Amino acid sequence: MKELGMYIHIPFCIQKCFYCDFCSFANRKHLIPEYINALTEEMKSWKEKLKEYRIKSIFIGGGTPSIISIDEMDKVLRTIYLNFDCKKNLEFSIESNPGTLEKEKLAYYLNNNINRLSIGLQAWQDNLLKSLGRIHNQEVFLENFLLAREIGFKNINIDLMFGLPEQTLTQWQETLYNIVALRPEHISAYSLKIEENTVFDKLYESGVLQLPSEEQDRAMYHFAIDYLQEHEYIHYEISNFSTKGKECIHNKMYWNNEEYIGFGLGAHSCLGKVRFSNTKDLNEYINKDNEREIDYIIEEKMSQKDEIAETMFLGLRMIDGIEIERFTKRFSCSPLKLYRHEICKLKEEGLIHVDGKKIRLTRKGIDLSNQVFVDFLPD
Amino acid sequence: MTSNRQKKIRNFCIIAHIDHGKSTLADRLIEKTGLLTLREMKDQILDSMDLERERGITIKLQTTRLVYKDQKGEEYILNLIDTPGHVDFTYEVSRSLAACEGAVLVVDAAQGVEAQTLANVYLALDQNLEIIPVINKIDLPGARPDEIKDEIEEIIGIDASDAPLISAKEGLNIEEVLKAIVEKVPAPNGDEEDALKALIFDSYYDSYKGVVAYVRVKQGSIKPGDQVLMMSTKKKFEVNEVGVFTPRAIAVGALKAGDVGYIAASIKKVADIEVGDTITSAKNPAKEPLPGYKKVVPMVYCGVYPAEGEKYENVRDALEKLQVNDAALSFEPETSNALGFGFRCGFLGLLHMEIIQERLEREFDLDLITTSPSVIYRVTKTDGQVLMIQNPTNLPPIQEVNFIEEPIVTAQIMLPNDYVGNVMELCQDRRGVMKNMEYLDERRVVLRYELPLNEVIYDFFDALKSKTRGYGSLDYEFKEYNRSQLVKMEILLNKDVVDAFSMIVHESKAESRGRIVCEKLKEVIPRHMFAIPIQAAVGTKVIARETISALRKDVLAKCYGGDISRKKKLLEKQKEGKKRMRQLGSVEVPQEAFMAVLKYDDKK
Repeated sequence: MKELGMYIHIPFCIQKCFYCDFCSFANRKHLIPEYINALTEEMKSWKEKLKEYRIKSIFIGGGTPSIISIDEMDKVLRTIYLNFDCKKNLEFSIESNPGTLEKEKLAYYLNNNINRLSIGLQAWQDNLLKSLGRIHNQEVFLENFLLAREIGFKNINIDLMFGLPEQTLTQWQETLYNIVALRPEHISAYSLKIEENTVFDKLYESGVLQLPSEEQDRAMYHFAIDYLQEHEYIHYEISNFSTKGKECIHNKMYWNNEEYIGFGLGAHSCLGKVRFSNTKDLNEYINKDNEREIDYIIEEKMSQKDEIAETMFLGLRMIDGIEIERFTKRFSCSPLKLYRHEICKLKEEGLIHVDGKKIRLTRKGIDLSNQVFVDFLPD
Repeated sequence: MTSNRQKKIRNFCIIAHIDHGKSTLADRLIEKTGLLTLREMKDQILDSMDLERERGITIKLQTTRLVYKDQKGEEYILNLIDTPGHVDFTYEVSRSLAACEGAVLVVDAAQGVEAQTLANVYLALDQNLEIIPVINKIDLPGARPDEIKDEIEEIIGIDASDAPLISAKEGLNIEEVLKAIVEKVPAPNGDEEDALKALIFDSYYDSYKGVVAYVRVKQGSIKPGDQVLMMSTKKKFEVNEVGVFTPRAIAVGALKAGDVGYIAASIKKVADIEVGDTITSAKNPAKEPLPGYKKVVPMVYCGVYPAEGEKYENVRDALEKLQVNDAALSFEPETSNALGFGFRCGFLGLLHMEIIQERLEREFDLDLITTSPSVIYRVTKTDGQVLMIQNPTNLPPIQEVNFIEEPIVTAQIMLPNDYVGNVMELCQDRRGVMKNMEYLDERRVVLRYELPLNEVIYDFFDALKSKTRGYGSLDYEFKEYNRSQLVKMEILLNKDVVDAFSMIVHESKAESRGRIVCEKLKEVIPRHMFAIPIQAAVGTKVIARETISALRKDVLAKCYGGDISRKKKLLEKQKEGKKRMRQLGSVEVPQEAFMAVLKYDDKK
């Protein structure tokens, strides 16, 4: 039986963070019941089409999925369990933000097979949290984290960002010291990128955003790698670290270029070599005619060439790199042969490392990963 | 002697400064004479190229025949000969004027007489044309028609007391203009029975008819089947069609003395027909050609190269096609270490160059790189040999050079007196020598300078506009070659000379120009994985230096919710950008870099 990852999108937030360009809305909470209704309808409509698949991971993302009530969440979970074949002990993650987690909710999650909790902390210092437009402070985070532990979550991720406006290396180090002390199973650390049409974008354009230099950004990143490794976290993907055996199965599925289905507003899927997505228009999504099939947006029908290129640049995001043998089996051709010139050039530039089994990025290659990835795109 | 037929013909043109409403007036005249219905009128009929419409200027001449019925019911044929409105096309203008007996001078009711207008009025007076002043835009709030009339009388010295006050935009008083043309412009003369003399004032290429020449028949007549001789090129052709423009070309039986129209004679190359040349009969040739013919010579040169991914052949084909319509454009193949195979192209001036570049890019959809424009230097070597150099790369080693001469132009700059200080400073900075200064009235001044042409082509016009808030206008003509302390400045990227950036500059300017070029290149060249030194050097001496620091970080943000397509699109965009770069040694240089080094910078 084929395996499938499942993503479910909850596009509601209490407040939009200043850097955020994800598909999410503040002040639309009143639409949650209608949204959950549309979402469960969409899921049901896929029952037949997905009967050949077994779900190996589920990820409820957002937005802030933890703001919806237990009752609404229950409708979603019932729909999953009633309509799809889920692997036993599958990885089931939910994203949350500090300030939206209560005892009852956490207990409900855990009792209903949600076994991995991802908490968006982003920064440790209250002044930085405020300047990011976050709704919580450090104290609330600590309360929520400890509560989750108390309830019994044994797999917790903490999302962090660095390279924030006016953030110093010292502040970042302080963040890591404190988080590592809490021993979460998983830490993701992303370098802030200013995205179009965000508050930060406007501030950046008007010149009031003081971003750390590239050198400072890299110093923060390199410190994170070294420090987390010293404390027994495995650096397994450019921005992700985990204790042994706790790598995120769901995210690894994206990087291995495997199949997944996305439900909900703006959700992306990759099924049978086609990448497609849902509308990003909330009203359109809610008011769709249940009798009719959803008009998905076809993003890409992957040719073998596309699939190979994507497998390369996604696979290289993993620190372990691409397994040459596995790749060769999948595409009946060795990547060393297929990309002879590119690999030769990139090796010379010190961006990748190749041994008998794997192709992987060097540390310089990680810092300049786009320079590597573009070389693997078809002409 | 004016025949009865000729008494009903008027040949005229319109002279105006850019934006003073020439094309709009032309459209109104066409509309008023009723040859076209309103539906047929495009916005501005005479400016047929998109580019012209966008820039609001006329590049190629268009000519049209109007049929006007006066109040007594008499029908007149009015041949409107449109003239290009820019300093680069003075010669073309003079030939068009030579085809007319009169000129309508359009003056903006608020802005008054401008430098360019004046230059063209003088050309018209040289041709003994009757000048009919018309004051346009009288509907605008700033209109001051009475003052403008005085100004015309004072500056140009013609009677403007009964100049029609019009608004071409609103269609106001257009009839008066038509009346004045009929009343004041002399009818043409010339004997139909004399040996043929027809003045070529423009030409264009038609894929069916071959080269079509715009002509004004001065004497004699011409009809299909006639054998004709081009008096300067000595080429002979058989005429297959003659006709008039309405403004579409319509064949007629014959063109006779006094008429304006076209002839087609299966002529393959535009070069066979030169503007200003005289067409005569091959069997019964005129003794002398019409006066005023001049061979057009390019003043400004630059390299035109196919950008990455563009084919050399496509560029060549496009240049050939443009040349068919534009005899002033010249080109020959050349090669550059940095840019590969391309062409060295010659232009009448900077505007002409920009227009050709834009037409190549738009009409032929080409991706091009153009190098710094250069003038022609006269280089005398130590062995006495004299070279004309228009590509800095070809300058002989300095030890073989005895001296270098550069072209000097006489520039006439008209501007409001508030900006005189600014402009004098600019001219000083551009090595100008002031010849005189004249007040046209209390506010307006004409400055006459002798300037090296190589300083004028380096963004002088933009600088002038910026220093005069757009009010300054410029007109120039070649004067002479002068000896000058010139040096070749080279630009080194990562220690390698990039020949496409080489330029010849005055010794005193080398350092500041070098610094500006290095700074500009630092801005436009993306960072690489290694640091890149940019140096400007004269000989072995480095005179300016910048460094592009190494790229330390190039990563995508969070790969969220499986939106792989978006990541891929971003990477594809990056790859696309990379592909458009020109690989110069180990450095990838974007196309803009080649133009960026030429742009005037307000901050400087």
